[in-house]
Amino acid sequence: MTSRAPVIAGIGWSDYPVAPHLDALQHHALAMRRALDDCGIAKSDIDGYMCASSGFNYGVDDVGTMAEYLGIRHRFIDGTSLGGSTFEFFVQHAAAAIGQGACDTVLVTYGSDMLSRMGRMLGTSTFAGKGARVSGAPQYESSWGNVLAGSYALAARRHMHEFGTTPEQLATIAVGVREFATLNPNAQYRDPITVADVLGSRMIADPLHKLDCCVISDGGGAFIMTTEERARDLRTRPVHVLGAAAAQSHWTISQMPDFTTTAAAQCGPEAFALAGVRPEDVDTVQCYDSFTITVLLLLEDMGFCAKGEGGAFVESGILRRGGALPMNTDGGGLSACHPGMRGIFLINEAVRQLRGEAGEAQVPDCEVAVACGSGGALSCIGTVVLGRG
Amino acid sequence: MADLADTASQRALPLPDHVSKTYWDATTRGELLIQRCPACGHFQFYPRAACTECGSEPEWVQASGRGTLHTYTVIGQNRSAPFDTLVPYVVGIVELEEGPRMMTNVVGCDPADVTVGMALEVDLVPAAPDVSLPFWRPARA
Repeated sequence: MTSRAPVIAGIGWSDYPVAPHLDALQHHALAMRRALDDCGIAKSDIDGYMCASSGFNYGVDDVGTMAEYLGIRHRFIDGTSLGGSTFEFFVQHAAAAIGQGACDTVLVTYGSDMLSRMGRMLGTSTFAGKGARVSGAPQYESSWGNVLAGSYALAARRHMHEFGTTPEQLATIAVGVREFATLNPNAQYRDPITVADVLGSRMIADPLHKLDCCVISDGGGAFIMTTEERARDLRTRPVHVLGAAAAQSHWTISQMPDFTTTAAAQCGPEAFALAGVRPEDVDTVQCYDSFTITVLLLLEDMGFCAKGEGGAFVESGILRRGGALPMNTDGGGLSACHPGMRGIFLINEAVRQLRGEAGEAQVPDCEVAVACGSGGALSCIGTVVLGRG
Repeated sequence: MADLADTASQRALPLPDHVSKTYWDATTRGELLIQRCPACGHFQFYPRAACTECGSEPEWVQASGRGTLHTYTVIGQNRSAPFDTLVPYVVGIVELEEGPRMMTNVVGCDPADVTVGMALEVDLVPAAPDVSLPFWRPARA
């Protein structure tokens, strides 16, 4: 039984954050090749495949197309597409499939050429323009001139109203993540910033400033999961999937049941219980940082601090370099790389930390790492607890 | 200053479907409809073919048109027309008296005067022959 325990054996990145020489399909392929090279598994050993089209790639990289393009002969396939957290959902799904014997070795890939193809317009444009007629659930939202950042601003405003959270407290999140970005030569922005810089940056959707918002990048990633037994003779030290859980509270932002609570309040404690660890046992957290408020809500909901106390918690410096819970040690989506769906980078960075391969950003004695992804508009949350092999 | 609601016809608009046609048709008559479940009493918006609580077929009821502002943002940057020239403007989530919430623009007051919890009333503004949009304004005392 133990021998089928799921592990992450290989990780890889394509080129980021700016890669005009790669299209989305090339990002998938390059990341796959680097993940295979990382662990020494042969492509012919892959019998499970999962990928999610970013939605910004004009439908060129749906899971069926990608299985064909990459030549994957799979016994198990999953094309769940729930936004940035999809890759945390994939860890849960792959762990279940491997554990049950539906397949032995799962490849997960992601690729996006969003920046090179579309530029930086995404966050501050409406999704449908003048003259468009909009179907489905978006028909009730598309007329109001909301932008992506605006959806998160609605949550931030409500959190400030209920708990007295301040823009300064949110800004400390961006400052701490930028500190780690200075250590990542691939990070999109590497100059240190201050709280005053964040508050002085352009107001995008009040109360969120430009520096409360993630960057827009190109990039891709891949990871390979297999059984503990299969991983024994690989060249990398496997990272154990101790617990993985996922949940959804809504999809469109106007349907969010509680604007200060995400589905991490369900799947966070579930993942910790499966892993048999408590929040205080966690050495580093890789937390989805599409916007600063995203981080605050996810940390509260997972139980790192009480609901409403996130402002004081992040202001304490606990998430900073040298703090008790270093967060987003690769520079995060706020500073390093956000190609549309960042969840795979959270997994890969957690693995890098648990292997002790994070260089200057290495968290000392890192034994337990958490990756928590948010997809949609704070809609779909996946929490993954990983342990050093 | 021109009212933000004057730009209703310049926006992306809904494409009414089998379920939502009832709702959008009502807006053109100045009526705001929501759904109520005859089996469990649950109110819901947006309109659907099933109750999100028990799965029964909902029925239409007229909303009071009164609500409060649950949360909001003042949009500072939007590169898409017509909004590029309308910033700053308020995107809000209004909580209807009956319970459900909807996205809207809060109009008829300065964005700086908008507060969470403020009382609002609906203003159905014609945007096309088959659609009026539910803007919300500060409630008259």
